[in-house]
Amino acid sequence: MKANAASPDGKARTGRPPRHVPFMEKAKNVTISLLSNPYNVISIVSAILLIYLIVVPLGEIVTTTLKWQPKDIRISPDAIPGHFTLYHWIEMLTGKTAAALLYGPLLNSLAVALCVSVISLFVGGMMAWVVTRTDIPARKFLSFSILIPYMLPSWYKALAWITVFKNDRIGGYPGFLQAIFGINPPDWLSYGFLPIVLTLSVHYYAFAYLLISSALSSIGGDLEEMGEIAGASRFQILKRITFPLVLPAILSSFILTFSRAIGTFGVPAFLGLKTNYYTISTMLYSSVRSRRTVQAYILSIVLIAIAVFTVWLNQKMIGKRKSYATIGGKGTRRNFIALGKWKTPILVIILVFIGVAVLFPVGILLFQTFMLKDGIYSLNNLTLHYWIGASNPKIFEGEAGIFRNPAIWAALLNTMKLVLLASLIATFVGLIMGYVISRGRKKISGRIIEQLSFLPYLIPSIAFGAIYLSMFSQRRLFIPALYGTLALLVIISVVKYLPFSTRSGTSSMMQIGSELEEAAVIEGASFGTRFRRIIMPLAGKGFMSGFILIFISAMKELDLIVLLMTPSTSTLTAMTYSYAESGFHQFSDAVTTVIVVIIMIVYLVSAKLGKVDMSKGLGG
Amino acid sequence: MSRIELQGINKYYGDVHVLKDLDLVVEDGDFMTLLGPSGCGKTTTLRVIAGLEAPRRGILSIDGVKAADGEALYNMAPAKRGVNLVFQSYALWPHMTVAENVAFGLAIRKTPKAEMAELVAGALKRMRIDEFAERYPSELSGGQQQRVAIARSIVSKPRILLLDEPLSNLDAKLRVEMRSELKRLHSELKTTVVYVTHDQVEALTMSTKIAVFFEGRLVQCGSPKQIYGNPADMRVADFIGNPSINFVPCVASVDGDTMVTDSELGRLALIGIGARNAGLYGASTGGAAREAAPPSASALSGESTLAIRPEHVAVHRTHVPGAIEARVYSAMPAGSETLIHCAVRGRTILAKAIGQEEFATDQKIWITLQTDKINVYGKSSGKLTLGATA
Repeated sequence: MKANAASPDGKARTGRPPRHVPFMEKAKNVTISLLSNPYNVISIVSAILLIYLIVVPLGEIVTTTLKWQPKDIRISPDAIPGHFTLYHWIEMLTGKTAAALLYGPLLNSLAVALCVSVISLFVGGMMAWVVTRTDIPARKFLSFSILIPYMLPSWYKALAWITVFKNDRIGGYPGFLQAIFGINPPDWLSYGFLPIVLTLSVHYYAFAYLLISSALSSIGGDLEEMGEIAGASRFQILKRITFPLVLPAILSSFILTFSRAIGTFGVPAFLGLKTNYYTISTMLYSSVRSRRTVQAYILSIVLIAIAVFTVWLNQKMIGKRKSYATIGGKGTRRNFIALGKWKTPILVIILVFIGVAVLFPVGILLFQTFMLKDGIYSLNNLTLHYWIGASNPKIFEGEAGIFRNPAIWAALLNTMKLVLLASLIATFVGLIMGYVISRGRKKISGRIIEQLSFLPYLIPSIAFGAIYLSMFSQRRLFIPALYGTLALLVIISVVKYLPFSTRSGTSSMMQIGSELEEAAVIEGASFGTRFRRIIMPLAGKGFMSGFILIFISAMKELDLIVLLMTPSTSTLTAMTYSYAESGFHQFSDAVTTVIVVIIMIVYLVSAKLGKVDMSKGLGG
Repeated sequence: MSRIELQGINKYYGDVHVLKDLDLVVEDGDFMTLLGPSGCGKTTTLRVIAGLEAPRRGILSIDGVKAADGEALYNMAPAKRGVNLVFQSYALWPHMTVAENVAFGLAIRKTPKAEMAELVAGALKRMRIDEFAERYPSELSGGQQQRVAIARSIVSKPRILLLDEPLSNLDAKLRVEMRSELKRLHSELKTTVVYVTHDQVEALTMSTKIAVFFEGRLVQCGSPKQIYGNPADMRVADFIGNPSINFVPCVASVDGDTMVTDSELGRLALIGIGARNAGLYGASTGGAAREAAPPSASALSGESTLAIRPEHVAVHRTHVPGAIEARVYSAMPAGSETLIHCAVRGRTILAKAIGQEEFATDQKIWITLQTDKINVYGKSSGKLTLGATA
């Protein structure tokens, strides 16, 4: 007919028909080129691993909630294990316990996340504006120390809160307020909603600070000067020019804070569980602990759904507007707004805030580690027992001071192993993923890897832990049962931090032009040689910065690994949690102090050594 | 020293058809320039020859050995082709010194230490950068980096040297200097060179042959003189030459061996069709788009376009026989030459005169045309219907 005749414009579509080549020859050539070009091999292997470690577990928890479980035979006569059912969902959504198990915690989570986002946005946004836009003194010191609370675990503030505001409701030692001033704080001040919101806000305001300050500093001073020339007042400039330009960053930080806060576990666990104030994440934790697996899975799916929705909302709302967030005149010259007589009060407010958020909690925790008995604030109660004391059966079941406590040393060793391994592997994997993504920008493979490596971002840490707990508690295919091994903790950390390591790896790789690699191809360098001689040396700086960010995140990680802990693989954060759970406050505070000291040393050293872009580490 | 042959090469980026049925032969020892506007496929052609891109269809052979076969999904590794490439960005490895950059390929090939040192020193010396051997690329100027990139590409004595717009990042003065340097390098090394540029002056001054690309097709391939004197179609005519060529619509008719054109420039008799077109048909010198047989008289007649180079328009201050009356629209003396925009019956014709000429705006002048150098193109086809006298 007209298949190869002519296209509408009368010209032949293709000049010549393709030649026929025998299949075997093609197959041979394809094999050779696949094997000689490791890009393909790497992308296929990465895709398989990512699917196995992320997509399969996700699919598994969804299907599990839709099947009868063996132990369901006791609750329903219709139950045939392994067969499809909506029973669990119906029971969870409409059953008698729905309010207590799902809706109550869901409302609490939403309320906490919403309030935390609003407060964080306000506090972080104001600080960002003050630090980037005004003539506040000690700018460098401020921008460093404002981020410190974020570098430290969110729950250390919760521990400090309890120490101060503990009331006599749950018995035990009295809190600081009660011991010193004889005030018995009401429940709403000691536990539950208010303290959770406040301690989380003091942690997550750093999100808003990072995003908004980087948006603010990308606005050229000339844009604001133009407003000044047009006769606008300082407030009008702020409202009509500056604010609209950073609006995308503001929305973005609000939504990101929300999606992080809704899944957070440590703080609501320390401050909520004592008064049965549950959020989705703490409910999920107790479901797992009481072996109600399906219920835990449904809660995980709820958390994931909320996270997916917020990220989708972020893309939807910011997607188009984002573009002008970085536009602006030349960002080089900056005209700082004079604060005038407000300079001192504002500086004092910020310093007090940092003091309350950093120094006070650290100080009170440290002080408590020296108190032989809780709640007795007198000199003769001071002791070094919890640091260096030998085991004494009269004190906390004979638990030895942390420097003489083999369990702590083992946990420290575990922590260092886990954190170093996880951050090394994650950073290296991130570089490889970054390589595939940056070199495959126009290829399907690159896009698939990019999407897959982003997925863990959508799974809240505690839900991730629940998924891996069941997935790796038995032997699967070629992977032995990993529950109770350090390897499982390393794997889950690497996978969970993949979105961040991949992002930092991609940006390192993007800076290495593909021509630098092609020039080596022309010279006959194999992929290994190219990676070793060209790519790694050039990506070295990005590697360092990615490594430190993940190191800090892993060091303070609790949510992700709390469900996977066994005595032999316990880490410092898990020790803190279990000490706090059993009321050994001096011990949990001492361990927290050790964690804080390690993180601060790393943060200080990395800040001294060079530029680690904290905004890339909007992880936990 | 090598012969490159491309047969029916087709290349796609996704759905975009970037090379369309490309046939091109680069003879042993040629300095072949691939010339065209950006996005025309010239760099892609270079990358196909280098082996960095595989064609979807068609065969590439180097010295008679198949290097790529699109249909058979075969693509020989770049390092096995005996080629080397100078990138537009130079692609010097920033973490290696000049000497390490140049030695990299030799080290990969496991060249003995002593020989390697000798080769590197030789290449650096040839490019006159031996004093910078221990510096890092960031410590060099653009021109010096360029020399390092060239030294790196010639140190392994490739049979074919590929250059991708190597001078585009240099300032005008350095560019002229590097042109002569490259031309000299070509004659010394006797390597086959394939050179990509969008700068037609570069192409005309350096090449033994030029291949002109438009929209993924090879439109014309020939010596610089052929390309300049007889551009195969109007796009090439417009692209080659600075200042650009004058186009004047006309109606052509054929009277024996003479083409007669009527246009705003009056009636012109362009004599010697046979001799003028003799070189254009039949001969094939590299797969350019040429018809096999001379067209008939009727194919040469009808609506056409005259193409006249500015240097073939002479400007007279007084009337001379056969001259066309015009006015000076604007005159632009530029040192060694003067460009004069002449208004002729509502059309502007650009003329180029040697030396500093002064004209007043709207001054009355007369122009004459060097009719044996005029090209004529069919209006609908845009193809050359009458060549210039050689």
